[in-house]
Amino acid sequence: MNALYSLLAVLAMVLAGIAGGQSEPARVALATFIPYAAFATLLVGFCWRVVRWALAPVPFHIPVTCGQQQSLPWIRSAKIDNPSTRWGVVSRMAAEILLFRSLFRNSRARLSGGRLILGDSAGLWLCSLAFHWALLLILLRHLRLFLEPVPAFVNALDRLDGYFQIGVPPLYLSDVILVGALAYLLFRRFRDPALRYLSLFSDYFALFLLLAIAITGILMRYFTRVDILSVKQFALSMAAFQPRAPQALGSLFLCHLLLVCALATYFPFSKLMHLGGVFLSPTRNLANNSRSRRHINPWNAPVTTHPYAEWEEEFRDRMQTAGIPLETENETEDAGHARTN
Amino acid sequence: MPDTLVQIELKPPQGDWRDPHVEFRKGSICYSAAPKNLTALGLPNPRAWQPLDSDWKLPPDWKRIILDGMKERLQKYRSFRLFMDICVRCGACADKCHFYLGSSDPKNMPVARAELMRSIYRRYFTLTGRVFGSLFGGKLAGGRELTEDVIKEWFYYFYQCTECRRCSVFCPYGIDTAEITMMGRELLNLIGCNTNWVLEPAANCFRVGNHLGIQPHGFKDSLDFAADEAAEITGLNFEVPINRKGAEVLFVMPSADYFGTPHYYTLLGYLMLFREIGLDYTVSAYASEGGNFGLFSSHEMTKRLNAKIYEEAKRLGVKWILGGECGHMWRVLHQYMDTMNGPADFLDVPVSPITGTVFANARSTKMVHICEFTADLIHHGKLKLDPRRNDHWIATYHDSCNPARAMGLLEEPRSILRAVCRNFHEMPENTIREQTFCCGSGAGLGTDENLEMRLRGGFPRANAVKYVKQKHGVNLLTCICAIDKATLPTLLEYWVPGVEVAGVHELLGNALVMTGEKERVVDLRGEPFPAEAYAATTASEADHA
Repeated sequence: MNALYSLLAVLAMVLAGIAGGQSEPARVALATFIPYAAFATLLVGFCWRVVRWALAPVPFHIPVTCGQQQSLPWIRSAKIDNPSTRWGVVSRMAAEILLFRSLFRNSRARLSGGRLILGDSAGLWLCSLAFHWALLLILLRHLRLFLEPVPAFVNALDRLDGYFQIGVPPLYLSDVILVGALAYLLFRRFRDPALRYLSLFSDYFALFLLLAIAITGILMRYFTRVDILSVKQFALSMAAFQPRAPQALGSLFLCHLLLVCALATYFPFSKLMHLGGVFLSPTRNLANNSRSRRHINPWNAPVTTHPYAEWEEEFRDRMQTAGIPLETENETEDAGHARTN
Repeated sequence: MPDTLVQIELKPPQGDWRDPHVEFRKGSICYSAAPKNLTALGLPNPRAWQPLDSDWKLPPDWKRIILDGMKERLQKYRSFRLFMDICVRCGACADKCHFYLGSSDPKNMPVARAELMRSIYRRYFTLTGRVFGSLFGGKLAGGRELTEDVIKEWFYYFYQCTECRRCSVFCPYGIDTAEITMMGRELLNLIGCNTNWVLEPAANCFRVGNHLGIQPHGFKDSLDFAADEAAEITGLNFEVPINRKGAEVLFVMPSADYFGTPHYYTLLGYLMLFREIGLDYTVSAYASEGGNFGLFSSHEMTKRLNAKIYEEAKRLGVKWILGGECGHMWRVLHQYMDTMNGPADFLDVPVSPITGTVFANARSTKMVHICEFTADLIHHGKLKLDPRRNDHWIATYHDSCNPARAMGLLEEPRSILRAVCRNFHEMPENTIREQTFCCGSGAGLGTDENLEMRLRGGFPRANAVKYVKQKHGVNLLTCICAIDKATLPTLLEYWVPGVEVAGVHELLGNALVMTGEKERVVDLRGEPFPAEAYAATTASEADHA
């Protein structure tokens, strides 16, 4: 049901984009007002969410350690998975963010004949890594539309991405990888009963939205052959804050644009904020050094304790009888000094 | 033990997880905390009730208390707010939880356990939730109304999590279900929904000093008894100094070590070690508990109970603190103590008086794990060991959750084990070290009324033990956690009969050749050493035995 609702929501936006291409006022709105509003929302919303997290203190030092601690000099410690230094933390975070280190550990449990078998499971790691890197590459490639002259690294990425020279215009590998990976991520949500049980509207919505963006983009590039010069003119005018609604661009382009705007608007209100959140996770971005360096809790709450003096008062007689040393007793009584060194 | 064998199978989940209805039944719940324990600790809403009742006698404004409590904690803990926000429900954690694997209850998937809380967060604390709250039954925003059924569901599932953090190891954002469970339990505490297995030890610990409420003279009796037993085994004199001022080291152990079995044999091991190296130490009847059941209740309670250790170290004037074999105790000592009750500037940076090793990794907290201490002694050749005395054991090692995933104490106990026994085999890679499976009874769930769920939760651990038993004939599971030692014997008796449980320092005590000791004929359990295993030196004595 969640999947259906979210598919319908995305399709409705696709239709709105196509329909909007037919009337002039809608075209102007789609090509000027909406993109600015969407990206303002993204920018402000993203910052607001990150600031909210950053304002909440980290009262306790709670890294999850995934390897040997740094303790005795002759025991080799896991410098990345259980970092004790700042550089270790940087490495751990880099491995987490660039390579999805934790997801790489993934295994799959199954039961067979009353035995639990833990098998390897690389699908999720591989496809999510592929998806994120492909998406980054595609975003960077889009810079050529917004910048004149086009930076050398963008051209280099472009050549790399179209390395195999399949078809005209050359097929971008990142397009294939992105759609393939998204399809896998969607497919596993349907296939795995546990995931199907968990998945919310927003989980499907994000996937359908990204797929729709990718598909409209691919249709424009390889099939309807959008006029790339007009796109660039439009993009440059947007970037210069002097928007000119494109005349030569069809419904498909506006559809693509509307979907991207939807994603940008949706982003700060959704789980997609993991982009910012992953940097702040206190189980990953702290060094495991809580015994060698004191972590300060800004609100370290005062509590009532049971001080020694009160405790001794309650058990004084019994301690005396048992010959346990007391803190406050008659100095002459030496009942407590049965123990010697 | 349940009459019928617990059936383990993985069934595809049914229904909608947002339906909060839970069927409470004996075997998978912990009973409520007795009012006297709440009163002793000054906790709200003490009353007689049970989870099986339909009326939980919540305070009239329970909903406001919960929502206010959530709001406060969202502001005080970045972990809480962040973990509420960034989960993408990728499902990597789903089959990592021992309770899910053992119960097939979909709400035991870590992500689902967290969603029980997140759905309330989304409904009441996010813009989308407040705007679209009730549209399409809350489906769009993924929220739920906070009802009394949700509270019951929280109680059921937040007391069905051992806060072992295994799921967090696999989470791409490091989302730690233990953090969420801890918040859930704190919130439940605000309206008086606690379990007795957590609060009674906490209340005892607060007033008397340890979980069972053993008073100072009883504490002394226990230790004297252990000293006598160690003397009988070795033919040497033992004394255990209590509350002795001016000692160099304060030794703190979990109280189970002096009243539980097989913990007790570990205590004998400590005593032998300390005597042999001539350690200038004392134990304390006031800080007679290393464990901290406050951790399973609230951060505030953790701090209240933990405060005793530094206070006592200061009063006795020791130089540093040594801690025994315990799991969650070390979560507190390693990650919380210094922050909560430090700075311990009245203590010195720990230095081993025998080897001169400076424990720089503990230079602020000033507290050293006994495995670090002993591993260092062995590395420097300060102990005379005869590992043949453990030849009757074919051992494996269970990494206890907290030392593994909240500390990284992995090689120290292993290096001890390799020195003190000759038959040691690891369990499969993805069930040890940071991927270790919990015993299923930690975080205050180790009570008998919860036995079925404990056996289910312990199944993945037992399964790995069974594997090494069949492959290598393993007959001993060693570990360094008091809850493990208390609950794994039952678990193994059920799933893998024929495997015993022991602490690392029990095996050390067996192997330790003490100066002037008599020929040892029995191990620390009082069992005769097997003649063939020890033929070279003790054949004649074994015959006499």
